[in-house]
Amino acid sequence: MSYPENYKYTKEHEWVLIEGTTGTVGITDHAQQELGDIVFVDLPKTGVEIAKGKSFGSVESVKAVSDIYSPVSGTITEANQLLSTNPEKLNEDPHGVAWLIKIAISSPDEVNDLMSAADYQKYIGS
Amino acid sequence: MTSSVALKRTPLFPVHTASKAKMVDFGGWEMPVQYSGILDEHHTVRKAVGLFDVSHMGEIEIRGPEALQLVNYISTNDAARLKQGQIQYSGLLYEHGGFVDDILVHKVSDTHFFLCVNASNQEKDFEHIVANNRFDADVKFASGDYVQIAIQGPKALATVQRLTPADLSAIKYYWFADSEVEGVPARIARTGYTGEDGFEIYIEPGKAAWLWDRLLDAGAEFGVKPCGLGARNTLRLEAKMALYGHEITASINPLESDLAWILKWDKGDFIGKAALTKQRDQGLSRHLVGFEMTGRGIARDGYEVLLDGSPAGWVTSGTPAPTLNKNIGMAYLPAGKGAPGETIEILIRNQPASAVVVPTPFYKRAKA
Repeated sequence: MSYPENYKYTKEHEWVLIEGTTGTVGITDHAQQELGDIVFVDLPKTGVEIAKGKSFGSVESVKAVSDIYSPVSGTITEANQLLSTNPEKLNEDPHGVAWLIKIAISSPDEVNDLMSAADYQKYIGS
Repeated sequence: MTSSVALKRTPLFPVHTASKAKMVDFGGWEMPVQYSGILDEHHTVRKAVGLFDVSHMGEIEIRGPEALQLVNYISTNDAARLKQGQIQYSGLLYEHGGFVDDILVHKVSDTHFFLCVNASNQEKDFEHIVANNRFDADVKFASGDYVQIAIQGPKALATVQRLTPADLSAIKYYWFADSEVEGVPARIARTGYTGEDGFEIYIEPGKAAWLWDRLLDAGAEFGVKPCGLGARNTLRLEAKMALYGHEITASINPLESDLAWILKWDKGDFIGKAALTKQRDQGLSRHLVGFEMTGRGIARDGYEVLLDGSPAGWVTSGTPAPTLNKNIGMAYLPAGKGAPGETIEILIRNQPASAVVVPTPFYKRAKA
């Protein structure tokens, strides 16, 4: 699976797509591969404020629980309802339909610390 | 991931890595946790047949004129009741009644017993048996003499039957035959850790990769798949089989862990009997129960259990149960609490989630 050039990536294997002041956040294909079959996704409610680098939810495979960390700070405007009924979509399309949350970004400069697609692929050794 | 201690590997390690299995550290062993995926492997075992490398398991052989006396002194079940070729599940206990390990005792002959023990306990078990050997019996650490491959699922018999002259349908559950697989001597036991019909084959280590390939060939038409420890765990938990370090530990005894049936009080003395007799007479302080989540979330090993909002116990194993399509688990609760139907709460990441105590096993296969 390819890593979109217009996404930014974290060392904790999340991605964020910035469009204006809205950030869409998900986990990477590498992350879903490492997790295996995803069976449960726990996401916060709309309106919750989250801080860059802080856990805002979890993704669970059959075997384990993984925290998800926010790549940017802001307020959650939407959580992907698809994942409450179809968590397996995270294995199938982690960079697309299985995005996790949308955020109204409060500190746009934070994005500068994140990795490009090329840097992330180097980081995971692919 | 880095580790200062080298992980142990089974003779099938190169086969696992060549097949791109995902490898993990399991109690000091570098083992496959999954091949095609835990869910796929789990369903394959329930519906068809799956193959597991369980060569990390240990083997201990006890021989001699008083082999039976030694086995019966160091284990809780009654090996005198075994006929040649029969197997029993048993416990190795400390004097205080806690588990050293849970084991399978195979009676090879009146003077020869073959024990299958847990991988990470095997050295400890061996030392424990040797230290308590006051009988005319020889104890041999034999793990290096065998690899063990488990073939599990409704098509396990048809798969293995293609490779052996032994009449497998004549081997009853918890019996074994010393036979061969395509000319190679093999111990074929009708046992397993999945809740399905199946076999566990013990064979010389040099034949491991060969046997693995032969079984994959023989089961191809049934859709056989190699499986990892991930599916082994979900399968055994649905069948409510104990896992050392989880349901049973050095500080848990068979009365607490719903394994009173492996205690044979009338067979004579055995290690742990005095402490357990006392506890049996005084009553238990805690016991093991099964539960299903009714609220959101998955219970995991070590999570706290709440009764009326207060900490009352802990989860020993928890997982999504792929066959049942529910989230299940086992937990220790105070004696007298946790009858089937009772509501409990599991503290999942600081949020209480509801669960209900249910009868176990969670899954039982339909009789053929």
